[in-house]
Amino acid sequence: MDLFALAVNVIRALIIIFALLTCMAYMTWFERRVISRLQARIGPNKTGWEGLLQPLADAIKLFFKEDIRPLMADRLLYVVAPAIALFAALAAFAVVPLGPTLSLSGSPLALQVADLPVGVVYVLAASSLGVYGLVLGGWGSGSKYSLLGALRAAAQVVSYELVLGLAIVGVVVVSGSMSLAGIVNAQANSAWFIFLQPVGFVLFLIAGVAETNRAPFDLPEAESELVAGYHTEYSGMRFAMYFIAEYVAMISMSAVAATLFLGGWRGILIPDGPWWLIAKMLFFLFLFVWLRATLPRLRYDQLMRLSWSVLLPIGILNVAVTAVIVAAIG
Amino acid sequence: MFDDALAFLKGFWTTFKYSFKPPVTIQYPDVKRTTADKYRGRHRLYRTDDGLERCIGCSLCAAACPSQAIYVGAAENDPEHPISPGERFARIYEINMIRCIFCGFCEEACPVDAIKLGPEYELADFNKADFVYTKEMLLEPEKYAPKLQYHADVDRSTDSRGVHTTLNSVYRNHHPIGAPDPRGLSHGHGGEHGPTSEHPAAAAAISEVTAPAESKE
Repeated sequence: MDLFALAVNVIRALIIIFALLTCMAYMTWFERRVISRLQARIGPNKTGWEGLLQPLADAIKLFFKEDIRPLMADRLLYVVAPAIALFAALAAFAVVPLGPTLSLSGSPLALQVADLPVGVVYVLAASSLGVYGLVLGGWGSGSKYSLLGALRAAAQVVSYELVLGLAIVGVVVVSGSMSLAGIVNAQANSAWFIFLQPVGFVLFLIAGVAETNRAPFDLPEAESELVAGYHTEYSGMRFAMYFIAEYVAMISMSAVAATLFLGGWRGILIPDGPWWLIAKMLFFLFLFVWLRATLPRLRYDQLMRLSWSVLLPIGILNVAVTAVIVAAIG
Repeated sequence: MFDDALAFLKGFWTTFKYSFKPPVTIQYPDVKRTTADKYRGRHRLYRTDDGLERCIGCSLCAAACPSQAIYVGAAENDPEHPISPGERFARIYEINMIRCIFCGFCEEACPVDAIKLGPEYELADFNKADFVYTKEMLLEPEKYAPKLQYHADVDRSTDSRGVHTTLNSVYRNHHPIGAPDPRGLSHGHGGEHGPTSEHPAAAAAISEVTAPAESKE
């Protein structure tokens, strides 16, 4: 690969990462304002116009907090775990196509970091890497609550990954392609896959919320049950990394959901482009926040039972029925 | 099973409809809630209609105070130039606002309605020593209380939403006798409410002292 292409790739990746981190910061603002309105209050509106500087204030506060390392913490794991979680969350976004392929002085410029032919598998793999971040953080903290929270989080994430995978398999069967760009293009000719795979959509939504440890599946970080689960012993910048990882995972999951089920950057009437993807992502992010404001937390056994006894069979059934229908129609 | 799904959707609608209702947040400090008339805020020492201090230095308030926040140093009234309508007056009267729990027992205990708790609640300050309020600070807060405190004379009467800010509505209705009216609307003597007291004996004593024919409200 020549130097120019390499430079283009690196710059594209950096721009996407930077944009993702900024989106994450404003996602916190979005969540706080939306949750507040759903609870008949206002939310932060004093720092900057309508509270838009609040994420900056939070970042500065976290930066200045004391950096603790518990006595019994494993030296390497305690430090590395939040970085792994953050890396996995950022990595999942690499295959999401942000727009149609443009051309840069003759050569095509895809608006995604990498268009893998097995993009969906890569997304699942990146989420699985995130489990390391949880487990190593919990173990490395050297504390009981952290370990328990990490174990619960790991079991939860692994269980719901199966459901996620089954929902994705349904989409793959319908679209005939495993690359996300291919799936977006497949939705150009047919209806959006939310109509062709409604069950898969619901499964993906539920599993996506569970993957990111968001309410109502946020027992691993429930204050009343486990202090704060795997990130109990973290403070300051390390906690910020876990925090960022959770919100970036939320954003990545919304982006993947929009790509798989709502047609990605394609739209109607208004020309196609990244703005469509952003609008759809906003819809999913609003859904995440709405879920958090509405539903009480699931108890851990309820959570696991839901995954294995209810969602997994439904997912398998969905794949079977989809495959039969696709084979029949041809 | 479908009722369960329906229950979910009902739940979502329950939270979502709040986004259409106005938020209940009151954006302090731009907007402040009007305190109730019986609100127990910063104390204030009152005067009689004739301009004498009501406080007779009996120390019932200090005795009633659960936190022992009040210190009363009494002295005999000079018959030529009495300071209070009784035999004694409070030469020293100090309340330690840090100790005070704003329970209002001193107001209840006072036989002559000298001390009442008012609507001011923004009492923050920087030094522990500055929290011991002296008699002057309690008698005429507008002049002598700490500069940081929120007073009727610098207050706006309503904010941009037409919501009454804390003090003026109370000062308008329960104008302390002798204190200047910030909006100049008082009738000059400010006596239409008159001194009141829950103690019938004290009430009789007050009315005897101020004006025998004045009717009680």
